[in-house]
Amino acid sequence: MSVTQLNNLTTQVRRDILRMVHKVNSGHPGGSLGCTEFLVALYSEILTTNKQFEMDGVNEDLFFLSNGHISPVFYSVLARSGYFPIEELNTFRLLDSRLQGHPTTHEGLPGVRIASGSLGQGMSVAIGAALTKKLNNDIHLVYSLHGDGELQEGQNWEAIMYASANKIDNVICTIDLNGKQIDGPTDDVLNMGNIKSKFEAFDWKVVEIDNGNDLESILKGMKVAKSATGKGVPVCVLLKTIMGNGVDFMMHTHAWHGKAPNDEQLKIALSQNPETLGDY
Amino acid sequence: MKTYTYTEKKDTRSGFGAGLTELGRKNKDVVALCADLTGSLKMNQFEKENPERFFQIGIAEANMMGIAAGLTIGGKIPFTGTFANFSTGRVYDQIRQSIAYSGKNVKICASHAGVTLGEDGATHQILEDIGLMKMLPGMIVINPCDYNQTKAATIAIANHYGPVYLRFGRPAVPVFTPENKIFEIGKAIKLNEGNDVTIAATGHLVWEALEAAKELNSLGISAEVINIHTIKPLDESAILKSVEKTGCLVSAEEHNYYGGLGESIARVLVLNNPVPQEFVATNDTFGESGTPSQLMKKYGLDSDTIIKKVEKVIARK
Repeated sequence: MSVTQLNNLTTQVRRDILRMVHKVNSGHPGGSLGCTEFLVALYSEILTTNKQFEMDGVNEDLFFLSNGHISPVFYSVLARSGYFPIEELNTFRLLDSRLQGHPTTHEGLPGVRIASGSLGQGMSVAIGAALTKKLNNDIHLVYSLHGDGELQEGQNWEAIMYASANKIDNVICTIDLNGKQIDGPTDDVLNMGNIKSKFEAFDWKVVEIDNGNDLESILKGMKVAKSATGKGVPVCVLLKTIMGNGVDFMMHTHAWHGKAPNDEQLKIALSQNPETLGDY
Repeated sequence: MKTYTYTEKKDTRSGFGAGLTELGRKNKDVVALCADLTGSLKMNQFEKENPERFFQIGIAEANMMGIAAGLTIGGKIPFTGTFANFSTGRVYDQIRQSIAYSGKNVKICASHAGVTLGEDGATHQILEDIGLMKMLPGMIVINPCDYNQTKAATIAIANHYGPVYLRFGRPAVPVFTPENKIFEIGKAIKLNEGNDVTIAATGHLVWEALEAAKELNSLGISAEVINIHTIKPLDESAILKSVEKTGCLVSAEEHNYYGGLGESIARVLVLNNPVPQEFVATNDTFGESGTPSQLMKKYGLDSDTIIKKVEKVIARK
């Protein structure tokens, strides 16, 4: 995809996110907007995937969303990558929908391989899938995304310890470093200190992307991350993002973590992100 | 009345180990995970024969459940092994979200269930695990009675697609299930025909039920003994058919009254044929240190208690 196409897709995904959460007056726009560029880049340029979705994902890259509350961006990117019709985004969080509040395999939505929402579980799952890839001699990679606040869950550190001890070098776990969680800045809620040093102390290779809302920086950083795989160490990407990116009044605050815009706010937000590829 | 005898006592966990070893040889998709209890779970032989398919996770059960869920993606059939306490309560949310809700083909294999774990005491003696697991939508819950049945169950669950909880124990108990009897998930086994009372037992209590039936016979009471090795899905028709004849039932399990087999049976009876029922189970309590047989006696999980409950339930008819 050209830079223009990627930018257009990013803007359209933002519109999808805003319209989805506005319609049902619930959902998590802040983290979704912050990770829009990353997921657009991942699904458009980084992942090698098969045309037909199959749960087993043999001979293709896999992606696991551990911080399941940013389902709006996940659903929009999946739909716009062809996993299911974009019209289905209309059903987000409604009764009988495959687009549950948090992603699930339970309703059979193509593109989703694990339920997430209760935090801290995705890294273990990614490692398990990576082990199966090794057993199957499948050279494709396993990617995952985690919130920074999510690192407060202890299971992550069990997984981080396991991955380096067992040389799981076919995973790239990305941490969305937006510095915010529900109750406020991560530094105030539970200061996690130097996350980079912590991963390095657990013998992971760490790749930093300082502008995680810039497509070119993401593509460049993920290329470095990919080249670091297969070398006997797990790879972590620290993706510095701005929560609420792309909507001025939602940026740099945790206020929009789990809050939908009202009619007036939606209007302003959408005016900052003009339609590019057509609304669903 | 059929009399059951045994030539040896063996632990059910060794039945699991033998079943897993056989699976390792027959089914290359079977993988095993353990959280630092390989010897206790009798997984050593599988590990020795299949080092590339055995994953030592360390003392990190939450991570083990997540890794097991991930291993299914790409077609593996993971068997996790640790004590029942650490297989359920400690990792309930991991099982709930990453395995049960996600519909993953993981076999959660849990040893040292109940008070018969013995001297380690209540921190390790879970009496709530059946309840925890049976409440999860789609979860199969199995509690076999002896070595041979545990081995057969281990082999059988590899052929069932979906999450399974397999519960077994530490002490050596009589082996009376025929060696090559194929295990059918959800199909109860009638061990003794009887007319006066139905004893529906699971796990270690099945042998106690057979002992009780023998004693009851000498007292002139004809007891029908059913081995409910699968608690979920429950073989409702086997239970209903039996109580149609006997008119009352005693349930027996090494588990709390709350959430156990007895409650599952009570639901079936209430909905279909509300005959009197008595419960042999622990009375909403934690366990304690002691030998398995001391604990079975103290907590009323033995044939003597079954006999008392039978007399009581018959009087209520």
